[in-house]
Amino acid sequence: MSIAILLAYLIASILFVLGIKMMNKTKSARQGNRLSALGMLIAIVATLLQIEVISLVEIFGCIVLGSAIGLYYANKVEMTKMPEMVALFNGFGGLASFAVALSDFFLRTEVNMESIELVTVISIIVSVFIGGVTFTGSIVAFLKLNGNISGSPITFKGQHPLNLILFISFLAAATFTVIDQSDPILIIALIVISLILGILTVIPIGGADMPVVISLLNSYSGMAACATGFILNNNVLIVAGSLVGASGIILTQIMCKAMNRSLINVLLGGFGQSVSAA
Amino acid sequence: MSSEALIILIYILVLASFLGFELIAKVPPTLHTPLMSGSNAISGITIVGALLACNEMGYSTLSKWLGMIALVLATINVVGGYTVTDRMLKMFKKK
Repeated sequence: MSIAILLAYLIASILFVLGIKMMNKTKSARQGNRLSALGMLIAIVATLLQIEVISLVEIFGCIVLGSAIGLYYANKVEMTKMPEMVALFNGFGGLASFAVALSDFFLRTEVNMESIELVTVISIIVSVFIGGVTFTGSIVAFLKLNGNISGSPITFKGQHPLNLILFISFLAAATFTVIDQSDPILIIALIVISLILGILTVIPIGGADMPVVISLLNSYSGMAACATGFILNNNVLIVAGSLVGASGIILTQIMCKAMNRSLINVLLGGFGQSVSAA
Repeated sequence: MSSEALIILIYILVLASFLGFELIAKVPPTLHTPLMSGSNAISGITIVGALLACNEMGYSTLSKWLGMIALVLATINVVGGYTVTDRMLKMFKKK
């Protein structure tokens, strides 16, 4: 990576920090958002500059397609449907980190036939897990707010033990993946479990608590981007990812407080509500 | 990755996380959703990863496709995220 690109990443990181800071106040919020968008543009252009000509056409095609979809829905959506839209976009971001991690994994194991070093393989597993949970969790949050599925908490007996069992199986599959990277069954198990866990953790939460959940999932997608940064050894991904991850948690807490709820209470949503209803 | 390089990455992670904790102060409740939406757009930074995945490492069919899917999704996240946030904040100014 040339020094110019590294400097561009540094400038982008500074703009993200300033942007978030300015978004704390009503007066400067809009300008803050623009500064952070400028940071993103700088990061993208800097990355594009190191891309080889062979893949340029596909890359521009993907960017044009993504921009068209993003612009269309962002302008079309009604103001009252904003939280749903944010949930959906956030889910896409999580899925993108998830796909980048898998892309890297398959390239290294199946094409280069190399054994991936410990830090990288752990980062891939973390990125797949958080990205997968963010994706399906955000989609469930979107469907709940949009009224496609009932906004009331969906609970069933043994939900928490099931989540625990799935999480433990994930850890087991992750351990085996670290030991034996050549077996695709293991990575498929990791993918499936993380996608299921995303659904299971959000369905028991009631529709009224969804904004808090979306804020938490937003924090997760930052962490997924951060893990992707560790896979690719990329500073700007780590800075932006951990900024969003950390500030997202604080914002989630503030939102909980504004609703007079505790975060634990929201996360065990179905649980808490059935108690208060009784 | 050498352990020195790893330590530097961990430094970045830890310091940026502390900064993230400190950046959010007394946010007025009306700004909760725009702030969430704005930081969601920033988490679309994974677009940088997607660009790299499409390119230097994407010479196998499967990884290339995954990279391209990631690029489309991350672009939707970034472009849609910033646009939606701007629309929300534009409404604020009128009030």
